[in-house]
Amino acid sequence: MYDPTVARLTYRALLGRRRALILGALPLLLIVISVIVRALAGADDQTASDLLGGIALATMVPIIGVIAGTGAIGPEIDDGSVVYLLSKPIKRPTIIFTKLIVAIAVTMVFSAVPTMISGLILNGNGQQIAVAYTVAALVASIAYAALFLLLGTVSRHAVVFGLVYALVWEALFGSLVEGARTLSVQQWSLAVAHEVTGGELVTSDVGITTATVLLVAVTVLATWYAGQKLRSLTLAGEE
Amino acid sequence: MALDQPVAGDQTRIHDIGYRNYDGPRLGRSYATRSLYSQSLRGAYGLGRSVKSKVLPMLLFVVMCVPAAIMVAVAVATKANDLPVDYTRYAIVMQAVISLYVASQAPQSVSRDLRFKTVPLYFSRPIETADYVRAKFAALASAMFVLTAAPLLVLYVGALLAKLDFTDQTKGFAQGLVSVALLSLLFAGLGLVIASVTPRRGFGIAAVIAVLTISYGAVSTLQAIADTQGSTDAIAWIGLFSPITLIDGVQSAFLGASSAFPGGFGPSDAEGAVYVLVTLGLIAATYGLLMRRYRKVGL
Repeated sequence: MYDPTVARLTYRALLGRRRALILGALPLLLIVISVIVRALAGADDQTASDLLGGIALATMVPIIGVIAGTGAIGPEIDDGSVVYLLSKPIKRPTIIFTKLIVAIAVTMVFSAVPTMISGLILNGNGQQIAVAYTVAALVASIAYAALFLLLGTVSRHAVVFGLVYALVWEALFGSLVEGARTLSVQQWSLAVAHEVTGGELVTSDVGITTATVLLVAVTVLATWYAGQKLRSLTLAGEE
Repeated sequence: MALDQPVAGDQTRIHDIGYRNYDGPRLGRSYATRSLYSQSLRGAYGLGRSVKSKVLPMLLFVVMCVPAAIMVAVAVATKANDLPVDYTRYAIVMQAVISLYVASQAPQSVSRDLRFKTVPLYFSRPIETADYVRAKFAALASAMFVLTAAPLLVLYVGALLAKLDFTDQTKGFAQGLVSVALLSLLFAGLGLVIASVTPRRGFGIAAVIAVLTISYGAVSTLQAIADTQGSTDAIAWIGLFSPITLIDGVQSAFLGASSAFPGGFGPSDAEGAVYVLVTLGLIAATYGLLMRRYRKVGL
């Protein structure tokens, strides 16, 4: 199910040349902000929780997930070079699964690790906040990568739709409409984080059972459907 | 072998098949620039492109205008004395939609030219680097202005229909227009500079949205912390570091808006002057960067 060559090519496409720098800029900014906040406000659990929840989990993880998830396959489909990959005797679901693993790994490295570091800077893991948000970021990375990899396979405007989901649906509707939070990767991952660490500051509107079932279902279904989609891929011309 | 062939010299002749030189009027550089401008402006709303590429810009345009229409309907129905949202505040409230629009349309405007290497073709026409940059910049800024000014127009017409005070509303509307004009220029410039670096459309979209939302998230978080710490002087200075708070600061200092900063601590007049300078400086800088970017394309 895992093909090292495909993985190597995908890593190169995602992190080659200047792209790793741009992917690295976001986490760096988060850490810089954490240092500034710590210097200004001192160690405060509520501040740390707001910052990690507001910037790290709500903005940074989805954006890196979009870049890694759609970037793992989107550009190849876009410029047509995916036919060379598809013409090799590798199962299409294997290609998708390999690319998913790579996308998850990249998202985790560039979002969960800086979340952990910034949590430690902010309040030295008081009340388990750093660990809780790191767990949330890790869990969210898996779901986001699978979801956005599917989008990249289905649509040529994957990045826009991914960002609309992450920023408009989760952030805007999530804060206005209660029901929208049930269908939000962010809330599911928060539920898992709450269950793992049992802290008071990290809470979710979704129960742990619902969250786990939905997380697993979304990840598995998205990966399966992306594999199916790739089996019957038609290359369209530029609009 | 070739020597065996009969010499065919006396059988060759040139047929006159009626090719003619073009001797009509040549429309020149400014015409080409205007065409590029109008095509780019139409393209920003998907006009003259496929149905699929019309969906997103039109959808964002509708999403931008619908809340204004609802507010107007409420104001008319309840016979309110004032609109629920100031003209200047509207763009700040709807900033997510504006960011998505500029993120999706700036790469559409320049990245595809880079990717399909059509930029050298443009420069083989009479237009110069400056014409290309000006046309693209003006087109995206106009498209942004249409997007941000249309809901204000809806609010204004609605306010007049609801028989709100005419001079008051006209003043607010004019201030709102100045503010969204600045916002359009600033966002268009930033979007184009980022998008012109990458030929990948998707990557450009993500980069533009990351710059806009992360800078806003960072700035508003730091402002909120400064507010709770009681260091209210710092709030205005922190606001200089993200595009939307920059516009917010300019309009709350000079355009009669109430600031959206935490605690309502907008910039004072002196700080407001810095805001205006930074805003105009950024617009000029994006223009300069674009000129530099296109000095050597396709060589």
